[in-house]
Amino acid sequence: MPGLGTTFGRGGATTALPDLMNADTILIMGSNMAENHPVGFQWVIEARERGTKVIHVDPRFSRTSAMADIWAPLRAGSDILFLGGLVNYVLTHNKDFREYVVNYTNASVVIKDDFQDTEDLDGLFSGWDPDQRKYDPHSWGFAGASVGDDAEHFADGGHAKHSASMSAPDFNGAEHDRTLEHPRCVYQILKRHFARYTPEMVESYCGVKRELFLKIAETFCSASGADKTGNICYALGWTQHSNGVQIIRTAAILQLLLGNIGRPGGGILALRGHASIQGSTDIPTLFDILPGYLPMPKFKVNSHNLEAYLRKHQDKTGWWWNIDKYIVSLLKAYYGGAATKENDWGFGWLPRITGDHSHQGYFIEMMDGKVEGLFVMGQNPAVAAPSGRFERKALSKLKWLVVRDLVELESASFWYDSPEVERGELRTEEIATEVFFLPAAGHAEKEGCFTNTQRLLQWHQKAVDPPGDARAEPWFIYHLGRRLKEKARLDPRPRNAGLNALTWDYPLKGKHNEPSVEEVLQEINGRSLPDRTLVKGFVDLKSDGSTSCGCWIYSGVFPAAGQNRANDRKSRDFYGHGWAFSWPADRRILYNRASARPDGRPWSERKKLVWWDEAQKKWTGLDVPDFTATKPPDYQPPAGAEGDAAIAGDRPFILHPDGLGWIWVPIGLADGPLPAHYEPWESPVRNPLYPNQQTNPPAMAKQRPDNQYADSPDDRFPYVMTTYRLTEHHTSGAMSRTLPHLAELQPDPFCEISPELAAERGIENGDWVTITSMRGIIEARALVTSRMQPLDIDGKRVQQVGVPFHWGFRGLVKGDAANDLVAISEEPNVRIQESKALLCNLVAGHRTQGKKALEQLEQQIRGQAWQ
Amino acid sequence: MEGRREIAMVKEFLTRWPVVRQILTHSDGTGVEAMSDRTRNLAPKHHGAQVARSVCPYCAVGCGQLAYHKDGKLISIEGDPESPISRGRLCPKGSDSFELLTHAGRETRVKYRRPYSTQWEELDLETAMDMIAERVWEARERTFVEKSDGEDVMHTTAIAHLGGATLDNEENYLIKKLFAAGLGMVCISNQARI
Amino acid sequence: MAISAFLTDTTVCIGCKACEVACKEWNHIPADGFTFTGNSYDNTGSLGASTWRHVMFLEQPTALGPQTTGTEDPFRWLFLSDVCKHCENAGCLEACPTGAIVRTEVGSVYVQPDVCNGCGYCVVSCPFGVVDKNHEVGTAFKCTFCYDRQKEGLMPACAKACPTQSIQFGEINDLRERAQLRIEELQRRGYNDAQIYDPKESSVGGAHAMFVILGQPEAYNFPPAPEVPTVHLKSAWNAALISAAIVFLVVCLAFAF
Repeated sequence: MPGLGTTFGRGGATTALPDLMNADTILIMGSNMAENHPVGFQWVIEARERGTKVIHVDPRFSRTSAMADIWAPLRAGSDILFLGGLVNYVLTHNKDFREYVVNYTNASVVIKDDFQDTEDLDGLFSGWDPDQRKYDPHSWGFAGASVGDDAEHFADGGHAKHSASMSAPDFNGAEHDRTLEHPRCVYQILKRHFARYTPEMVESYCGVKRELFLKIAETFCSASGADKTGNICYALGWTQHSNGVQIIRTAAILQLLLGNIGRPGGGILALRGHASIQGSTDIPTLFDILPGYLPMPKFKVNSHNLEAYLRKHQDKTGWWWNIDKYIVSLLKAYYGGAATKENDWGFGWLPRITGDHSHQGYFIEMMDGKVEGLFVMGQNPAVAAPSGRFERKALSKLKWLVVRDLVELESASFWYDSPEVERGELRTEEIATEVFFLPAAGHAEKEGCFTNTQRLLQWHQKAVDPPGDARAEPWFIYHLGRRLKEKARLDPRPRNAGLNALTWDYPLKGKHNEPSVEEVLQEINGRSLPDRTLVKGFVDLKSDGSTSCGCWIYSGVFPAAGQNRANDRKSRDFYGHGWAFSWPADRRILYNRASARPDGRPWSERKKLVWWDEAQKKWTGLDVPDFTATKPPDYQPPAGAEGDAAIAGDRPFILHPDGLGWIWVPIGLADGPLPAHYEPWESPVRNPLYPNQQTNPPAMAKQRPDNQYADSPDDRFPYVMTTYRLTEHHTSGAMSRTLPHLAELQPDPFCEISPELAAERGIENGDWVTITSMRGIIEARALVTSRMQPLDIDGKRVQQVGVPFHWGFRGLVKGDAANDLVAISEEPNVRIQESKALLCNLVAGHRTQGKKALEQLEQQIRGQAWQ
Repeated sequence: MEGRREIAMVKEFLTRWPVVRQILTHSDGTGVEAMSDRTRNLAPKHHGAQVARSVCPYCAVGCGQLAYHKDGKLISIEGDPESPISRGRLCPKGSDSFELLTHAGRETRVKYRRPYSTQWEELDLETAMDMIAERVWEARERTFVEKSDGEDVMHTTAIAHLGGATLDNEENYLIKKLFAAGLGMVCISNQARI
Repeated sequence: MAISAFLTDTTVCIGCKACEVACKEWNHIPADGFTFTGNSYDNTGSLGASTWRHVMFLEQPTALGPQTTGTEDPFRWLFLSDVCKHCENAGCLEACPTGAIVRTEVGSVYVQPDVCNGCGYCVVSCPFGVVDKNHEVGTAFKCTFCYDRQKEGLMPACAKACPTQSIQFGEINDLRERAQLRIEELQRRGYNDAQIYDPKESSVGGAHAMFVILGQPEAYNFPPAPEVPTVHLKSAWNAALISAAIVFLVVCLAFAF
């Protein structure tokens, strides 16, 4: 998300699934779309049947590859090399959509004098602090513009808009060269930066033969210009890396150069993995953001009071100028009447971030005995989180654990049937964790809305009551909160100010006293106060305390009583308007101003989407314009203009202070203004571009005795391993391995290996094999198949081992968890783990059972063969 | 009167008898004449049922689903043809949504494990909720940090939360509202990153 | 009612098995064993009493038409959802002694579970190995063509679920035409071995479930020339009559001398 967020302005897919039908070419990479989004894939098939070329680049030949026009095998972890190769191709052969690039991106911006590139500093950008292991981004700024001048100035990523470490930038004075020839303009720096990402480099280090790479480059890059567009689809094959955000950035840069963003058949479709994972980022159960991507207050950095917070985050120009309206309205939603101007709207009651409170961060604290209690709701860390052995042992250090789910999954039963208990590492009688398992309601047993991968809020109606004691989450949270508020009522210490102020009066209904979910959605939509009339959208929100809004980007989903737009079911056009509600403001294709020329006419009849209607003096077309409707294309902002008024009529990326698509990201990312290739934590080769910077400099390995890494390369672990999903199962298996109809489709855990690797190790198809990494040991069946291609990397033969991660120790079909092999590590911006590229070893035979399994693993780590 | 009813019954029986039907319709006994009552009265199992418009709980495509139910019981779940995203189609997981909600392994009662115990016990829901609230309050009491170096901290790092990507927006909203804005919990995460 | 049919097209099948699950869900068919086969992604094995849609996975050392793969040798991975053919002349129907198997008004072949006595004659008479006996229940089962759904104008569960409409459902002549157009289109695009599997020339007389396949039918376990066993009925009876006559003659002669 920060990859898309920093480049374009919002962290979410820029387009909608049906729009794939309009693409002239589709690149699917870091995704196995046919297997993991099968029904979404129908749109790729529709496109293909109309002549669209479908390209799939992936370590494995999967069911998606079988449907593609071109498949290229890729070494897991070399994505930036490949995508950088495409960028290099565009720049070398002048394939960029020049008019789009000059007018709609910051390619023309001149960068400060003191900037130095990774090509100049052998793998580092200027500003690197080797003690802090962070970058100071001041030299990444624009010549002539200030990028904030705070005392504390380390580049920090995170999910929030921009970063929370610098004062909001002022871009008005930036110098541009629209001929793109100035040696320090972004375009020229980009050229130099990607100069060594040649087809030869791609062949040697990605494993994609030169001719095949060029064919892909020609095919994808030809779908560009006024008449053609190309789309990119990606999923966790790009995100789950130590440089995941930068992989996405490279694709985003490519799409800006080719002029594909905001246009029909263009865009980047981030394919997310769970029913409402987009929703759980928009209305976040994440530590570093508040609803609508507002930053959480950070201790000593921006949280002294609301004014300090706004000074940090309120851009003078662009849509984020309105942030004060959104944070105040959120505080009014949380704290109601108790939030007043005098007490800063209750800003001081919000908790401050003081460190790494992410999943991996606090599980490490948990392992060290510093976390007492944990709620797990609809997630299964014992199987799906990285380093399963670590996760399960950490759970055993808790004082108490509350698990809510449909079945008794591995995270609830670890204390008696985990591999750690089997191996004697944990003894049930010695585990102090008090465990509460509360059965949860399923989706058809409650109402509420999910936000899908294309930002669509869809309401699901309730069909039947949940069985027995099963309840929906609103019931649980509401009644837990009610009890806690009761305790706080008589305890007016400052720590309870927020809890006492919290508005918690939802109407209750039904025999179980369930809070009204519609009421919650209305709170999310926003109201004007004190009359509580629902607001029509975020443009109605105010910073004077007269409005409340639980999530500004969702505002408009419930614009009037009885009008739950998430529950609308009458689709009236190709983009599905009339069916559900797409944030923001029901726009289906983001940045769609860019589908028109600077003068407001469509780029072409074939690719028209939104255009300026001179007669009606407004933007119109096939989608809701992602632009101020009445702002004419030739609007020039007057000097000193603020907010959206400072964005010209030909600048489509309205959330950015300058309205441009950011090929160059001056602030907001921890690891650089441009993507650069680094190897994964564990790799079979040294970094060919920067031998002295093997891995992404600010990424965090969290290395400790119980979280170790192999060398790169490492004789003990000679194979590249990647983890992934299958169509038949779902994530940790709690929703699929427990169901007979799905369990029988893929019963045993398996790995996929090439016939060459099988021959090397004396393995026949279907045999059990044991796979080890520095972290763990598992067994799986071997599927020997030509779909796994050995690659020639830098003159060496590299074998890749594919392991689906669905299996765990409970269910109708069980098996070892692939994630036991993955390390705990954090990408520097969003702290995601690297599940997609690691090193392993593989030998024929079942793994040993019980305690001896640990001995077998130890032997492997010592580099000895197991007897 | 009796006689007429008996004749009617015999007539009815004869015309339902496949052999007789076969003769009367000059057919070979392999067509509709050979159908039993059950076959002739066959109707889809969701005939006459109510339908709730739902959304698939698995991946992020968000396929529309029709959840058929009658008298408080779920009958079947299939695709919603009116969805412009999915057009009525479902993958194998979405197609198995009925089993997801009704399979034998589904838990319907609270389970409680005492510290150091080797087994689950039963516990009633309200007691469980009371106990959980106690645990939260007690942990928060001991670990809450109000200020540090004169600056507000207003948090506890001793209680954490994990979960969200399969939960509704309203659920995630309430969780963040209570846990963060109310209780000062900062260790909140879910499957989402990026 | 119009005669309905299936057209299942390998070229857009993504091998997801939604059809298998949707069918089992609708018809309350249980899972039939958690057995890993090692045969690509196909752990279902074949059609049977409790599997009425079966997705095949074919990994072949052949190029897929104009597809470019980065494999060292030619390679393709094909998927196809197999189903009861609902033959024009159905072996199972001909063999059934109880009238349990009937031809419905929509042209499908339907096994009436309340009439079937479990004799198993249908099982050996199907040239495709589709219908099978459930040994716990004691009667024969196969695809019902969702007769209950069709009665209310609904399409079969598998066709509705199929994400890419590899399984098409409609009026039989429409689908026959569509199949022909599809083959022509595919061949034009370079899929030279595209063909329709609809065995009209043999005694089966054509199927109400047709397939667009690439390569030979045998690769999909489809008999190239399936026969309805009763096609041999006349010659079988003749042979029996002649044999009986010969035996009678010989016996008479034996008594004569």
